[in-house]
Amino acid sequence: MTSPEDGRVRSAEPTEVEPGSEHEPDRHDPDARGHFGPYGGRFLPEALIGAMDELATVYEKARLDPDFVDELNRLLRDYAGRPSLLTEAPRFAEHAGGARIFLKREDLNHTGSHKINNVLGQALLTKRMGKKRVIAETGAGQHGVATATACALMGLECVVYMGEVDTERQKLNVARMRLLGAEVIPVRTGSRTLKDAINEALRDWVTNVETTHYLLGTAAGGHPFPMMVRNFHKVIGQEARAQVLEKAGRLPDAVTACVGGGSNAIGMFHGFINDPGVRLVGYEPGGHGIESGEHGATLSEGTPGMLHGALSYLLQDEDGQTVEAYSISAGLDYPGVGPEHAWLKDTGRAEYHSVTDAEAMEAFQLLSRTEGIIPAIESSHALAGTLRLGRELGPDGLIVVCLSGRGDKDMDTAATYFGFMES
Amino acid sequence: MGRLDPVFAHTREQGRAALIGYLPAGYPTVDGSAELLTTMIDSGCDIVEVGVPYSDPVMDGPTIQAAADRALRGGFRLRDLFTVVERVAAAGGHAVVMTYWNPVHRYGVDRFARDLAAAGGLGLITPDLIPDQGADWLAAAEEHDLDRIFLVAPSSSPERLALTTAATTGFLYATAVMGVTGARDQVGSSAEGLVARAREHTDLPIAVGLGVRSGEQAAEVAGFADGVVVGSAFVSRAEDVTAVRALAEELAEGVRAPAPAR
Repeated sequence: MTSPEDGRVRSAEPTEVEPGSEHEPDRHDPDARGHFGPYGGRFLPEALIGAMDELATVYEKARLDPDFVDELNRLLRDYAGRPSLLTEAPRFAEHAGGARIFLKREDLNHTGSHKINNVLGQALLTKRMGKKRVIAETGAGQHGVATATACALMGLECVVYMGEVDTERQKLNVARMRLLGAEVIPVRTGSRTLKDAINEALRDWVTNVETTHYLLGTAAGGHPFPMMVRNFHKVIGQEARAQVLEKAGRLPDAVTACVGGGSNAIGMFHGFINDPGVRLVGYEPGGHGIESGEHGATLSEGTPGMLHGALSYLLQDEDGQTVEAYSISAGLDYPGVGPEHAWLKDTGRAEYHSVTDAEAMEAFQLLSRTEGIIPAIESSHALAGTLRLGRELGPDGLIVVCLSGRGDKDMDTAATYFGFMES
Repeated sequence: MGRLDPVFAHTREQGRAALIGYLPAGYPTVDGSAELLTTMIDSGCDIVEVGVPYSDPVMDGPTIQAAADRALRGGFRLRDLFTVVERVAAAGGHAVVMTYWNPVHRYGVDRFARDLAAAGGLGLITPDLIPDQGADWLAAAEEHDLDRIFLVAPSSSPERLALTTAATTGFLYATAVMGVTGARDQVGSSAEGLVARAREHTDLPIAVGLGVRSGEQAAEVAGFADGVVVGSAFVSRAEDVTAVRALAEELAEGVRAPAPAR
């Protein structure tokens, strides 16, 4: 591909994965003020800038500090259960034109999703900053549960903001967070989903910033969050790359992931970003279909704008008012997206497509019935997209899909959707 | 020279602080907001801040959130902002606009500045745009002769106070407390400290906002600041023009009776 002026995203020879290398600065890092091309930056109140500066400084020091990296790696191994498995899914792949499909099993991590990778990293940073209180937003509840878990482990006070709509559709996760000792605050403003949970968390943060770390759950927000959260999730892609080389003897034709805010996707993509032959493909929630207007396909349908601290693609109207997103999946129901995805889209290094509720639910059931693995509805968007992509690539194709979480939390939604509760 | 310099020259000459009142355009209606803002000017506001209702107001507490929500549900469009500013300016008021950044970005920064200047607006307050990110706005403000009013907070470091004051014209907006907008019983001693710290970097007039709701508080703030900003207290009275007038008069008395510095 062509090199943009600053040369940050350009193709390069494949490199070997080195343990721990995900924390080292590389040419994919944003500039000093957090810009990925024109995207990113810090569109935030002055009151928060001091805390963002502090976080950036503490993180920059920690990422190169062997003590920090060792401690994080120890937790990822002994607590979260990494490395996560890479499982081939041959019966599922029969429905994808015979392409070989491997699942990166983030669903097997402690707490049931990829979210734990970032949470453990940020919780360690919270302690380094001497802060005792953590706040977080959550959509599906996976990030909230992971945050509540890390806070329990490290003795930190934890408050989770969650849209009221999501507290209804993810009741089990609300109970899990409360069991873990977190306070869950239902957010009743705006769309009462993830976007408004972030608004409310930011209002808390601006009030309590001296004592509190905002443990943001996705690779979005003001600098340094997009870079830092990405780096904590790079382990997904780096493990997957080594595992697929070992199992298949070659690099895949594509890696796929679902994209809401984009944290599991950016972690997966970065394991392969220097491999020009590997397509990076993200699947956004198409909801009831793009033409219905009820979707969360920010990169496919949005325009550049600011939300929650960064310039990226955004679902907005012509006056710059944020448009509410919709998805059957609470974790993808978000009108923004991480700024690095916007840059990867514009440079053409990654591609993004949408998957409807119906397609995702079909893939959800298919994986359950062909492989005995119940995926999260979020991850089911990536699975549905992978079925499509597999048919496009044909029997010689090889795809690694990020199975970002498990579907236990989605049983209410699925039972209603498929009518399993009817007698 | 800032567009608001004459206003502060006048209030300083009178030995008092300026009263700055906030109301979102389009709340309760477009016409209603223009009338209320005009009333606020007639009743003692030296400057009015015309707010832009926005879908994701992360710096605002419940009162202003609810007002923005109602304005948007009522069909407020960005073009209505310029109508309101025009009416305030035509009534002889000094109007600045307070807005989150995305609506301006979407409208086009230069186009927004041009239309605001054409409507008679004097400047822009940008709660989620820091000067470090505002190169296009600084250029547009220069081009269209508008004041660029940035915020400082109790958490601002000396380096950030220097950077922010250097980029600001008109007046510096000091947020009295760490938090979101909303009337408070106490404005807090952090405001006085912040104003003192900011004065080490600038001769700009400094206005204090967040939490002021009474004449007594206005007098207290007038004891150490050049301007007193009142928002939520006006917004919560917007249904009743008599109450808005009474509040403006009470606050106007307050800023004329600065409490002795502590």
